[in-house]
Amino acid sequence: MTTITPYRPAVQAGRDGFGQLLRAEWTKFRTVRGWLIGLGVAAVVTVLLGVLTGGSNDIACATGPGSPVKHGRACLPPPPPTAPGGQPVRDAFYFVHQPLAGNGSLTARVTSLTGRYAAGQGPYPQLTTPGLQPWSKGGIIIKTGTKPGSRYAAMLVTGSHGVRMQDNFTQDSAGLPGLVSAVSPRWLRLTRDGDTITGYDSADGAHWNLVGTAHLTGLPATVQAGLFAASPDHTVINQNFGGGESGTSDPSQATAVLDRVSLAGSAGGAWTGTQVGGGAAAAAPGRFQRAGDAFTVTGSGDIAPVPPGDGNGLGPNITIERNLAGAFAGLIAIAVVAALFITAEYRRGLIRTTLTASPRRGRVLAAKAIVVAAVTFMAGLAAAVVAVAAGNHLAAAKGFYLYPVTGLTEVRVVAGTAALLAVGAVFALGMGALLRRSAVAVTAVIVAIVLPYILVVASILPVGTADWVLRLTPAAGFAIQQSVPAYPQVYGLYTPNGGFFPLSPWAGFAVLCAWAAAALGLAAYRLRRRDA
Amino acid sequence: MEATIEVAGLRKRFGPALALDGMTFTVRPGQITGFVGPNGAGKSTTMRVILGLDAPDEGHALIGGKPYRKLRHPLSHVGALLDAAALQPSRSARNHLLWLAHSQGLTAKRADAVIEQAGLRAVARRRAGGYSLGMRQRLGIAAAMLGDPPVLMFDEPFNGMDPEGIVWMRGFLRSLAGEGRAVLVSSHLMGELEDTADHLVVAGRGTVIADTSVAALVSAASGDRVGLRTSARTEAMTVLAHAGATVTATGRDTLTVAGLTPEQIIELLGGSAVPFSEVSAHRATLEEAYMELTRDAAEFRAGGPGHRGPGCPRAAPCSPGPAGRAAPAGEEAAR
Repeated sequence: MTTITPYRPAVQAGRDGFGQLLRAEWTKFRTVRGWLIGLGVAAVVTVLLGVLTGGSNDIACATGPGSPVKHGRACLPPPPPTAPGGQPVRDAFYFVHQPLAGNGSLTARVTSLTGRYAAGQGPYPQLTTPGLQPWSKGGIIIKTGTKPGSRYAAMLVTGSHGVRMQDNFTQDSAGLPGLVSAVSPRWLRLTRDGDTITGYDSADGAHWNLVGTAHLTGLPATVQAGLFAASPDHTVINQNFGGGESGTSDPSQATAVLDRVSLAGSAGGAWTGTQVGGGAAAAAPGRFQRAGDAFTVTGSGDIAPVPPGDGNGLGPNITIERNLAGAFAGLIAIAVVAALFITAEYRRGLIRTTLTASPRRGRVLAAKAIVVAAVTFMAGLAAAVVAVAAGNHLAAAKGFYLYPVTGLTEVRVVAGTAALLAVGAVFALGMGALLRRSAVAVTAVIVAIVLPYILVVASILPVGTADWVLRLTPAAGFAIQQSVPAYPQVYGLYTPNGGFFPLSPWAGFAVLCAWAAAALGLAAYRLRRRDA
Repeated sequence: MEATIEVAGLRKRFGPALALDGMTFTVRPGQITGFVGPNGAGKSTTMRVILGLDAPDEGHALIGGKPYRKLRHPLSHVGALLDAAALQPSRSARNHLLWLAHSQGLTAKRADAVIEQAGLRAVARRRAGGYSLGMRQRLGIAAAMLGDPPVLMFDEPFNGMDPEGIVWMRGFLRSLAGEGRAVLVSSHLMGELEDTADHLVVAGRGTVIADTSVAALVSAASGDRVGLRTSARTEAMTVLAHAGATVTATGRDTLTVAGLTPEQIIELLGGSAVPFSEVSAHRATLEEAYMELTRDAAEFRAGGPGHRGPGCPRAAPCSPGPAGRAAPAGEEAAR
């Protein structure tokens, strides 16, 4: 028998690492043309459907019977004032004020808040029906000036939300609960110290509670301090059977009675009554009466942000995420590609080659997930950027009001849409690895993510059910696209089909991530346990 | 690292079927080890266990003393071709080898080298889905060679190859063994391995029936018998029996002699002036030896629905015996 010299390899293998696995999976992905095409289809579908859903409609309007029909931009009402944060706001109320120079303090006791409203009796309604709106308000306010949209902080009593401290339109914190009356008055106090305004309330004028603190940067030395009343429209919303809603909106008015009014500090001059802002003032003009230190102030309107949607006085408007409504369709194409990325290997037996090359199976699945997430994110980001740019351009050309959002929110919505697609792809990959069949995995993804979203957005589900669907299913992830929060201090129906999700953007996204992690984790567990 | 495969006491059950039942053998460097046995003998399952794809219920398989899952850059330790059809049809051969190379920290250069080695250069950039089975086998071999491993395993590599390809494959396998590599080649047809393998592991029903060299297997089956043709049958029997041989009359003028070499027989008959016309060493073929060995293991495969046991009258239906019932389970295990 001859002596055998064992073979010594001439080829030296490189270093072992996860990076090589990533590179191998990326090579796999990019060398199947069908998958690259699928990714492209996802991007194109996202853009086209988004732009079509967004501002591609023509706008036409007429101011009354017989008047000429106007088109596009001419239909837009004058642009609304904006809050210091950039949000469009309603800033209309009756203001009884005098200047306050430097630091000081304003105190008043509210003994009554009453209201009246019209109940839909024609174009110039009479405010004949007594009653308060939930957010009718009266109280004390310190404001930069009488210009709508200027900075302010206020302590106020409301129709049905107790005492509040509100500032700069979006901030709102609760004080004493309950309705105000002569036997149960509410004492309110605002103190200015530099840029800081602090709000207190009290039931007896002796014991004071801190309600909140507002930081109004750049507050001028002399501000306007005084009393106010406002009352938003009386709004009735009907939820239609089988989804959708319709509503009516009529003017209302609130009257606040305040006494023991005292302004401490360098105040000077007489109390002046000013109607701030316009709007409902024509139907319900504001006024005030004074008897010693007691005031009766009547006003209409609201000091609050204006949410996007119909019937809010903004005219035809679109939010940034309307341009990204095609993401659900893009997700279907993405799901097909992502599921195929693993199921194609099972179908051909190629998974054995993969696992022979990389016996550490969990890492294989992780590498696949990272590759599919990265390519999907890049394709999704490109699609989202194009959809928003093209959609906004088109909508502006058609004459829509583009609901303004901050740059940071825009980044979150655009990159979040890409991330939504990426995490959806990981979910599809996990389902593919679990179910090992493309058709079954893609169907599972569509049923889990796309179908709930469509049922909700198309208002096929009742609102209560829709909310739960968007809390529990992976479709919750679409919340990342919501650019404007629901404002509790503005009465309205914040429904999913109006773009308002029951979970905050990041919480909704976390639900989707949890689903994807669960699918991938279960798939990794099964992959490790089972024979290949 | 030592270029060996060690398989020790593998047992594995797929549902009711026992696929591996104490499979034990060693593959040594510098030779081609043929792994033969009927379909369902457990060859493919054993190979999957060696590659860490299937987990055995008992026993272990080691490559150079390590379990497969502990290998770093496994393709530079073992190259394997299990299923030539395991390809993404829309991916080209070169891209298939490229991702494999990347997974092992190897470069595109190495992928091009094995393409050349497997004779695939002309088709390397075409979709693998359009390849013939023979081309897929070559691609599978290129993939196995990618890491230049000291241990190689090929499951039924001759399947679908044309005669030219079979000749090429034999030469290729021999050159691998000549370089000192350990080569394990499975086949369900002994004929394919007859002129190729140095050593044979014969499997049946999930265990090893014979683990021997090719020469030893043939001589064991031949049993040192010599055939003799003579017109003087009685005289020849007397002479040879006196010399201590066992002599059996097999025909009017033919005898089979055991216990003497042909040379001794010629000398004895010549010395006693007994005429004879032919003395031949009775040599079994490898195929015969294999059939002999695997008869028991293969028996159950003849069963199945409609099978008539030996005792059944031709015209009358009768139920399959226990061997018949075992058949579907055995075939299940083959998958």
